[in-house]
Amino acid sequence: MAETTYVRTEMLPPKPPPPSQTGVVGWMRENLFDGWKNTLLTLVALYVVYALLSAALPWFLHAVWDADSLNECREVIKASWGPEADGACFAVIRDRWHQMLYGFYPQELYWRPNLAFVLMLVALSPVLFPNLPRRMLLFSLVYPFLGYWLLWGGTMWAPVSWALGFVLGYFAFVIVNDRGGTILAAIAAVIVPLLWWFFGAGPFADLVQSLIPISLTDVESRQFGGFMLSVTIGITGIVGSLPLGIILALGRQSNLLMVKSLSVGFIEFIRGVPLITLLFVASTLLNIFMPPGTNFDIILRVVIMVTLFSAAYVAEVVRGGLAALPKGQYEAAAALGLDYWKSMRLVILPQALKIAIPGIVSTFIGLFKDTTLVSIIGLMDPIGLTNAIRANAEWQGIIWELYGFVALVFWIFCFSMSRYSMYLESRLETGHR
Amino acid sequence: MSDLVIDREVDRSKMTVSEEKAVEMIDVNKWYGSFHVLRDINMTVHRGERIVICGPSGSGKSTLIRCINRLEEHQAGRIVVLGTELTSDLKNIEKIRRDVGMVFQHFNLFPHLTVLENCTLAPIWVRKVPRKEAEETAMHFLEKVKIPEQADKYPGQLSGGQQQRVAIARALCMQPQLMLFDEPTSALDPEMIKEVLDTMIELAEEGMTMLVVTHEMGFARQVANRVVFMDAGQIVEEADPETFFTSPKSDRTKLFLSQILGH
Repeated sequence: MAETTYVRTEMLPPKPPPPSQTGVVGWMRENLFDGWKNTLLTLVALYVVYALLSAALPWFLHAVWDADSLNECREVIKASWGPEADGACFAVIRDRWHQMLYGFYPQELYWRPNLAFVLMLVALSPVLFPNLPRRMLLFSLVYPFLGYWLLWGGTMWAPVSWALGFVLGYFAFVIVNDRGGTILAAIAAVIVPLLWWFFGAGPFADLVQSLIPISLTDVESRQFGGFMLSVTIGITGIVGSLPLGIILALGRQSNLLMVKSLSVGFIEFIRGVPLITLLFVASTLLNIFMPPGTNFDIILRVVIMVTLFSAAYVAEVVRGGLAALPKGQYEAAAALGLDYWKSMRLVILPQALKIAIPGIVSTFIGLFKDTTLVSIIGLMDPIGLTNAIRANAEWQGIIWELYGFVALVFWIFCFSMSRYSMYLESRLETGHR
Repeated sequence: MSDLVIDREVDRSKMTVSEEKAVEMIDVNKWYGSFHVLRDINMTVHRGERIVICGPSGSGKSTLIRCINRLEEHQAGRIVVLGTELTSDLKNIEKIRRDVGMVFQHFNLFPHLTVLENCTLAPIWVRKVPRKEAEETAMHFLEKVKIPEQADKYPGQLSGGQQQRVAIARALCMQPQLMLFDEPTSALDPEMIKEVLDTMIELAEEGMTMLVVTHEMGFARQVANRVVFMDAGQIVEEADPETFFTSPKSDRTKLFLSQILGH
């Protein structure tokens, strides 16, 4: 039996920690001046930042926004900051911003790409953010056709009759699936729309147009340019290459020899060839194989090539995700009676894609930046336009302002994608892989 | 390999074995490459039977029960499950899988779905049960395995024992006529083994047909009506638990029992 030796009669209130541990001072001590090596590095870094800023800041501060040529810019800078002063000539962006954004798209029709861009954001949002109403996905399905019509114009019945091809394919699948099995149905779902697109779609659109004429002014692909072109190619490529990449990844895992070897062959061929080669094929060689007189749109050709290219990369990234799943997940899905497609859709892909998100988004960022390569085959993307503007007598010699502007806009797009990928990863986190 | 004591009377009133066959295996053979993993397996399971399959590791016992729902393919012989013969016909395989539940050693819950979604996935997508009804059924079985309060959590937030009970509930939600257990307690801590075994005993008390691969000899003794001992891909001895544990016939069985119980 021990005696009680101590009893607390009063509870202690919490005290603030010593100032050296918290606040600005504590943070600086821990992160900037923790030991002499750390302190030295901090000082060197500070000097580098100072040197960069002291070189770049005056250039920004002396910027001229209102001038008609590079020479005029220089004169304004000299007049206001002295003969030795250097400064940015952002007047070129002010002068040519519409070109950088829209290329040679007719000015009076700018509302169409603007509207198409806004609607694109609306169409993408339910796909990107699952807490939005699911019914909005219907608009996302309609958007590709609507967007096409807004950008290129022409009769509204052309995109409508293409869309009809997908509807026909769907019905062909359902009808054949009931009578002849899934494989036949899949074949029908491919053949029926193809037949429609090759033989039925054109006459059908012409016919309806002659009965109910609804059309917008035609704009040709040659007139497309600037960031509008980059976004058109980039977003279409991204939207197309994700499903294609997933199918290729599944095909590569397939037990069916034909499916597997076709997928492997495709992936390895595309990954083994530089994108620029494919773009040259798209711009020159493809026309040789087409029947004479076929008007196979250059942007469409480029989009197809870019999509195929990035699909091969997406396929490999997704395969990595699939390989990371334990075999037990496949077995549990099978043991519950889920067939192949259902187990893929409900169990395997949601997990595999989650693992593959960083890789997929990297591929997409790469794809978006690679759209600048189309300048080499003569399309007027921002880089192509920059070269054209620099060849102009007024703006000859300008470098940093234009390329800097292009870089900034690309950076905003790519950084948004990167942040979105991090948001998605954290949203899908369930405490266990 | 513990001989966990089951500290309650097992209610045998509903444990009735019918004449109807649930599983029939005739001369089943299987090879992994050139390795002969199942050799001339002949076994019949009647409805209502609780069979424990035991044997040293690598004896083919897991492979045997995984052949019953075609997670593994047998290369020779016949397997008839619930009146349907297992062939390469996908329709038959899917039909059998709908009616045969399986519980795995490593639970294999779907980590991206909540507990409730794990339980409703297959009823909704395979049995085409309306969502609301599927959720009610799921809650019923989650209550039965005593974790209804975890329904909205993700599997990663549960303990091993809880996960395995969810896995049992998930299988039961398909209203199976036969349950396969592939070492359901081997990946669990000792204190969690009991909660899973209790759940399995309750299931047996309701008359479920069960095939259990396990090292839990206490479970075998109290619940099984037949114990099958396998070694080197063949069935070595088959007996009721009383005979099996007290007077085993083959030397292999005696050796195995002395190793597993003698400590």
